[in-house]
Amino acid sequence: MTARSHLQQLEAESIHIMREVVAECQRPVLLYSIGKDSSVLLRLAQKAFYPGPVPFPLLHIDTGYKFKEMIEFRDRYTAELGLNLIVHTNRAALNEGANPFNWGTQRCCGALKTTALLDGLRNGGFDAAIGGARRDEERSRAKERVFSFRDQRGQWDPRNQRPELWNIFNTRIHPGESLRVFPLSNWTEFDVWQYIHAEDIPIVPLYLAKPRLMLERGDSLLPIEQSIVPRQPGEEPKLVMCRMRSLGCSPCTGAIRSEADTVPRIIEELVTMRRSERQNRVIDHDQDGSMEIKKQEGYF
Amino acid sequence: MATLVAPTETFSAFLEREKGKDLLRFTTAGSVDDGKSTLIGRLLYDSRSVYDDQLESVTKASVGRNAGAIDFSLLTDGLRAEREQGITIDVAYRYFATPRRKFIIADTPGHEQYTRNMVTGASTAELAIVLVDARKGVLVQSRRHSYIAGLLGIERVVIAVNKMDLVGYDEAVFTAIEKDFRAILARFPNVEPYFVPVSALAGDNIVTRSSNMPWFKGPSLLEHLETVPVGMRVSTAAFRFPVQRVVRPNQEFRGYAGTIVSGTVRPGDPVTILPSGRETTVASIVTFDGDLDQASAGQSVTLTLSQEIDLSRGDFIVSSEQLPLKSHGITSTLVWLNEKPAEVGKRYRIKHAGRQDWAILRQIDFRLNINTLEQEAVHTLEMNAIGQATLETARVLCFDRYTDNRVTGSFILIDPATNATVAAGMLTGTAETGTVAPLAGIAWHLRDGALVLTSEQGFSIKPGSTGERLAMEDPEALEALRHMLRRLGIAPFASATESDFEI
Repeated sequence: MTARSHLQQLEAESIHIMREVVAECQRPVLLYSIGKDSSVLLRLAQKAFYPGPVPFPLLHIDTGYKFKEMIEFRDRYTAELGLNLIVHTNRAALNEGANPFNWGTQRCCGALKTTALLDGLRNGGFDAAIGGARRDEERSRAKERVFSFRDQRGQWDPRNQRPELWNIFNTRIHPGESLRVFPLSNWTEFDVWQYIHAEDIPIVPLYLAKPRLMLERGDSLLPIEQSIVPRQPGEEPKLVMCRMRSLGCSPCTGAIRSEADTVPRIIEELVTMRRSERQNRVIDHDQDGSMEIKKQEGYF
Repeated sequence: MATLVAPTETFSAFLEREKGKDLLRFTTAGSVDDGKSTLIGRLLYDSRSVYDDQLESVTKASVGRNAGAIDFSLLTDGLRAEREQGITIDVAYRYFATPRRKFIIADTPGHEQYTRNMVTGASTAELAIVLVDARKGVLVQSRRHSYIAGLLGIERVVIAVNKMDLVGYDEAVFTAIEKDFRAILARFPNVEPYFVPVSALAGDNIVTRSSNMPWFKGPSLLEHLETVPVGMRVSTAAFRFPVQRVVRPNQEFRGYAGTIVSGTVRPGDPVTILPSGRETTVASIVTFDGDLDQASAGQSVTLTLSQEIDLSRGDFIVSSEQLPLKSHGITSTLVWLNEKPAEVGKRYRIKHAGRQDWAILRQIDFRLNINTLEQEAVHTLEMNAIGQATLETARVLCFDRYTDNRVTGSFILIDPATNATVAAGMLTGTAETGTVAPLAGIAWHLRDGALVLTSEQGFSIKPGSTGERLAMEDPEALEALRHMLRRLGIAPFASATESDFEI
């Protein structure tokens, strides 16, 4: 018989990983970010545990700055699938006025994402958090294990990772320690889109091109959904045909000019794309080795 | 980006072809300065898998080191410490695709002290590229790289003789290295080598055939990677299915979820459950996308059986025609991965095909000098050492030899105190289990329906623990538990605590 396709192989591997988490960890949770990778994770979870239900809750870390369309999609889609959704927000920081313009992106991310995530995991008593991060996204992620160990403070030590051989995963931890588990480790952005297409998986409409009001600043397109985005003199929002390539907080996620209004057209666009997926994510570029530092502190 | 579209093809044809593309996982090994990072950077760059902003970020970072041309190695060195020191520390995974195939590269550092990383990278690879510097020829490291590839069951090895530009693209240099290398490979009859002369820096014979070496008639490195057959052996091997989870959403359904390790299964196939040895047949192959008529190696499915059989995680469903080995005593090749050396007499957690158990390291038979391939008598294995060891497991272990099956033939050892993964093991056979001193001062009995173990230290089995449940439900597990306790009598007993006895 012929060899199985790369998508079938990736799918089977991810299902194996998800089942392993549930079999060996006490209280797993799926970190749901609403993005395309999360949509793929949900489909894989359905497949992994069929005909049973998905045996873990979802945790969304809501910074309060997510796009409205993301929140609408989250509530509708998770209800449709009958999943248990937990939303956690760092209210204290928001009340103190946390936003990327007043606090700077590093401090803002630290409070609204990293601290919120660690608190959300602690509140739920979760010992394993399944996430949709992929190794092709960023170079420090290329070195991370599928089952990635976190100490009692939720921190990652890239120099002292457990060797991971074959498909045998070491899930053992002491009380208070935890694991982050990445079933999509070996997927690329291209694989994710192909799978979404092949499986007809619902995604947030922000990924598809349509005319949207944007601030044009140099090469960047800034969404104006949040009134906190400071305007430069004479700057007026314009209707631009565009889409989001990755989804984060609206003040820190730029759009790209695009005509791709269907999933096949997105795939077609990717074939010719010359910029990486996270290029429009302000937070990845605030210093050299930015993601590695954030991850050491506990960020996803 | 990652994929090239053939210019004449329509987009929908492209999408269809993309979906059917297969996957090759390979690893790269080379000594320091053999140009391995450059080779990988070149493959990624020439297959257009590197984005402009990533190129810009490495061009920016190159200023501090060798300013000027793009330093491809910076694309692959992901950690800040690596970029600062100009070395590769850890295994990194890279992805690229061509119209023919998708590739996953396990990029591993070449220093001797990083044998453990090379082994890690090789564990999931079907092919290995070993780099040789044309100016230096076959080095002692080449032998080590070949040995590790062979040890980890990689049958396809590409020997890329690099830096041909620095020896004037001389055919005689290449031929001499090929001859030397074939002598080394004579030790590994299963390995199928392919020799190719390249210059990673200049791009000769990497993607396209080089006009600088018209004497070389073979395909370029990438052409070889695109066409070499993969995944053949596992689908024709004996059927093996370690149960990952029991799926019981309601009274009507009882299935066993797992990934088919090898072979093929169809409804009606006679199968044997291990370790119990009971026989039954497969009733159905259940998936989210509908029941299947057939499933084979690599597929994650849920099986139902025609009889109700008590089965739990870690049990095997296997072909009744070809049964695996079954033993408490096992011999294996061990690669030691941890700074704390191996301790004979110590018990470790063993994880094998989805099951955790206790194993005692009985003896280290020898250490292999991976440069000379000679056996050395030792009492321990230190980090990065490879040796043969005998272990004894608490419960009976069902397995295949690693040379027959990479999944049912492999395991890891975990230090129960630190939870570190301390060793990787490749099973080679069964061993006699020796006699051990009887356990003094311990008694076990049933009290209020629960198993209670008492000792001079006064510990007892954790109520509600898996160990207790197994012992209550399953006489064989109870026997295994007693077996384990007998083994425990040797050394660790005095310091045993409750949590030690959770199976």
